[in-house]
Amino acid sequence: MIRFILIQNRAGKTRLAKWYMQFDDDEKQKLIEEVHAVVTVRDAKHTNFVEFRNFKIIYRRYAGLYFCICVDVSDNNLAYLEAIHNFVEVLNEYFHNVCELDLVFNFYKVYTVVDEMFLAGEIRETSQTKVLKQLLMLQSLE
Amino acid sequence: MPAVSKGDGMRGLAVFISDIRNCKSKEAEIKRINKELANIRSKFKGDKALDGYSKKKYVCKLLFIFLLGHDIDFGHMEAVNLLSSNRYTEKQIGYLFISVLVNSNSELIRLINNAIKNDLASRNPTFMGLALHCIANVGSREMAEAFAGEIPKILVAGDTMDSVKQSAALCLLRLYRTSPDLVPMGDWTSRVVHLLNDQHLGVVTAATSLITTLAQKNPEEFKTSVSLAVSRLSRIVTSASTDLQDYTYYFVPAPWLSVKLLRLLQCYPPPDPAVRGRLTECLETILNKAQEPPKSKKVQHSNAKNAVLFEAISLIIHHDSEPNLLVRACNQLGQFLQHRETNLRYLALESMCTLASSEFSHEAVKTHIETVINALKTERDVSVRQRAVDLLYAMCDRSNAQQIVAEMLSYLETADYSIREEIVLKVAILAEKYAVDYTWYVDTILNLIRIAGDYVSEEVWYRVIQIVINRDDVQGYAAKTVFEALQAPACHENLVKVGGYILGEFGNLIAGDPRSSPLIQFNLLHSKFHLCSVPTRALLLSTYIKFVNLFPEVKATIQDVLRSDSQLKNADVELQQRAVEYLRLSTVASTDILATVLEEMPPFPERESSILAKLKKKKGPSTVTDLEETKRERSVDVNGGPEPAPASTSAASTPSPSADLLGLGAAPPAPTGPPPASSGGLLVDVFSDSASAAAPLAPGSEDNFARFVCKNNGVLFENQLLQIGLKSEFRQNLGRMFIFYGNKTSTQFLNFTPTLICADDLQANILTKPVDPTVDGGAQVQQVVNIECVSDFTEAPVLNIQFRYGGTFQNVSVKLPITLNKFFQPTEMASQDFFQRWKQLSNPQQEVQNIFKAKHPMDTEITKAKIIGFGSALLEEVDPNPANFVGAGIIHTKTTQIGCLLRLEPNLQAQMYRLTLRTSKDTVSQRLCELLSEQF
Repeated sequence: MIRFILIQNRAGKTRLAKWYMQFDDDEKQKLIEEVHAVVTVRDAKHTNFVEFRNFKIIYRRYAGLYFCICVDVSDNNLAYLEAIHNFVEVLNEYFHNVCELDLVFNFYKVYTVVDEMFLAGEIRETSQTKVLKQLLMLQSLE
Repeated sequence: MPAVSKGDGMRGLAVFISDIRNCKSKEAEIKRINKELANIRSKFKGDKALDGYSKKKYVCKLLFIFLLGHDIDFGHMEAVNLLSSNRYTEKQIGYLFISVLVNSNSELIRLINNAIKNDLASRNPTFMGLALHCIANVGSREMAEAFAGEIPKILVAGDTMDSVKQSAALCLLRLYRTSPDLVPMGDWTSRVVHLLNDQHLGVVTAATSLITTLAQKNPEEFKTSVSLAVSRLSRIVTSASTDLQDYTYYFVPAPWLSVKLLRLLQCYPPPDPAVRGRLTECLETILNKAQEPPKSKKVQHSNAKNAVLFEAISLIIHHDSEPNLLVRACNQLGQFLQHRETNLRYLALESMCTLASSEFSHEAVKTHIETVINALKTERDVSVRQRAVDLLYAMCDRSNAQQIVAEMLSYLETADYSIREEIVLKVAILAEKYAVDYTWYVDTILNLIRIAGDYVSEEVWYRVIQIVINRDDVQGYAAKTVFEALQAPACHENLVKVGGYILGEFGNLIAGDPRSSPLIQFNLLHSKFHLCSVPTRALLLSTYIKFVNLFPEVKATIQDVLRSDSQLKNADVELQQRAVEYLRLSTVASTDILATVLEEMPPFPERESSILAKLKKKKGPSTVTDLEETKRERSVDVNGGPEPAPASTSAASTPSPSADLLGLGAAPPAPTGPPPASSGGLLVDVFSDSASAAAPLAPGSEDNFARFVCKNNGVLFENQLLQIGLKSEFRQNLGRMFIFYGNKTSTQFLNFTPTLICADDLQANILTKPVDPTVDGGAQVQQVVNIECVSDFTEAPVLNIQFRYGGTFQNVSVKLPITLNKFFQPTEMASQDFFQRWKQLSNPQQEVQNIFKAKHPMDTEITKAKIIGFGSALLEEVDPNPANFVGAGIIHTKTTQIGCLLRLEPNLQAQMYRLTLRTSKDTVSQRLCELLSEQF
């Protein structure tokens, strides 16, 4: 299962943090810093997977943003790697060429996108068409 | 105000975010935030009722401020108000605030649950979705209590919308994970299984996750999911790439669902023949597709396709029953080993590791040895090299051990520091396991020490000594080899340890050669002496006294060394004591006594390699254990098949530099029996003036001792003459004990001397203040003992009291109840935390369990009092079964803190208990379990 999802920029600013397991605030901060330290030192020749405590991080870099998913060691690496990409494509469509600032100013909408695609640490919906249709429907509500 | 109340754009929020982004310094940001907080606070407190839009905007600002890392202590009520709004955007912000800033304020929880209840009943799919997502995000026990009954109904109701079903399935999964006791299986389970047939693939995706988790705990209940999952999978993998429309991702039909279905199938053994045929077809199709030319050049296509392929291979390995599929899987992975994508090479190495343990594919995996060795040398990513090491370890057997060990050794010279220790352990294990010729083993370990001495842990050099001692065919070679290795001008201290120990035992085997005469051996070792740390020097002193026995001709030289001021007056107590004792021993003992006392070490009992235990601890139980278990079956073990011993025994008998080489403590306290070594009695005679000869334990002392495990005050001992009372208090790793000695007679006690005798392993500093040697008739004297727990320990100290009463000499010994549990600090925690931690401590060494007959009446209240007296917190309403007791606490020692969880399950019918201890340290689990088991 997914333990948490993080979107961070190269400087280590968090653009989204979604937790699927109980951590206290200090612990969350520690995890955020550790993930940043682990992921940013890696280059393109490295794998997209890093062992992390008792879990592993599956991550992918898009321009200046790192999308990181922390999952159990036995979870399927490539499935989560593509889940990240699927999520990014939805964001891109939803925000029309998404950029970091979209995530900053619309942070509360990003949570909605996440909840449509991931819930309770599991993949909820994978069809981009269905997710976007739902998001547009919600957008139209007052 | 601009007219932005339509839609959900919140201009005020955007302005605020811009302001924050424009702040030049942290101080400016804090100033801006404080201004905003003041503004929001005044709005919330103001007389004018806020409209929904403003409320939403301010709550959203508060949320933003919180996400920046600032504390928010108000606004919760306004957020809760938003939940009852009829506008989606207001409700959404309200739920988001609640989900991110969960507050266990019970008043609010009630209000929140109320709002959720209304939304669940609203039949509005959007509102139901928000409410379900909130439950799934928060997942608290209170929510489980309120909704665990309702959600299954929503999930299986015929008229529920698909998107709500998806959310309900995962919401239920979350509640099951946090509070499994509140989600009982029922009629709904069979209907949930049938969701695998649902038309909507999103519903199937969510349901598969739920079923997989439930099936792991309730396999019988969800057995029927196997055939449904197989037919669903079959439909997906045989579909054309356009059939599934929305669910086709870069020409791959429903990759995530396929992966999930394959994982669900891994909860079960291979299905019965009819279904099995169909499944085999599916798996073959997946393997075939991997060979087809790609439908797209995009990495997304190959990733999605390979995600399914790797999961299929996991299932094939899990079933481990179709040789054909296993070999095909291995060939496929072999291709990936040379793929240009680093990800694929990494995953292929990882997956092959598990294939190596299957008897069907082990040989096929071995054919890739050259590629894997090459990966070790050329991969740029350390994690890939690490996987290559793992795979080499997994594919190693008698036929290729020499090659693999040699490659690992040569890799070790340049290996990353982060993985050196693990490689050292692996080399040590392989060398031992596949040694046909033990000279090879000895050479390999000495090479290890030469190349990576700093990473050679104690377990490794203990082990080489155990093996040399147990195998007389290698002792001469070992002595010769260490002697030669010690010639190097600079050698690692670990080599000095091994060399010192081995020459002390077997130096005589090479003493015939004039190039390694006794004196040369001694001079060689002694030339290293001054550069070594205290423990090594202590070990060398023991070697010297062994030399005195082996080689009478160097006795005088050694006595001179022992007699020198640098030894006899050494500032280190241990060294000084050894020098004094060894010197005295060499002077007063006859040759016969020396020969008996300093006899060659007896063989060590065969047991699980301590190195293997260490590797398991490092790597977590999963990978190593499986590998070892299966391999043990396949290969005849060179050591005559060491039985995997319970963890508790392995710690005790490894030779340690500070433990006495002679098997004799400074004063053998051994309160529970006679000293273990046969020669023990002799040494007591030799030293009778210096060592305190302990009296046998007073009758009943053991019982009294047990009584003090759960309490701190009371009478420890009483006979016609003397009463000993105790009063003690412990805080963290420190304790103070007051011992009261009461003279029950009317005559004076003379020469009254209480002495505390501590076992070697008592890792506690105990300071006692002396007491007056005269105790008047009817009087009581008090003694204060200060205790510091350094690290965890097993044996309790023994209090020995000697005094003269009338004309007779009295001697009383009692065990002093200083036990590990005294350093407990209770920890309260919620059920969910408890079980989460419980799961984290799932390493087999961390758990110790004891099933035993009740020795006392099984009374709930007394049991509770005992658990609290034991020192842990008693956690109520944590265990799903109210008859069970669970506790949690932290053992404080000077060096570390050890988290401990315990669970006691009484069985009234059988008059039995089952006690389970899980702590982060095996020896602690063991000791606490022993102590507590005695109490019921």
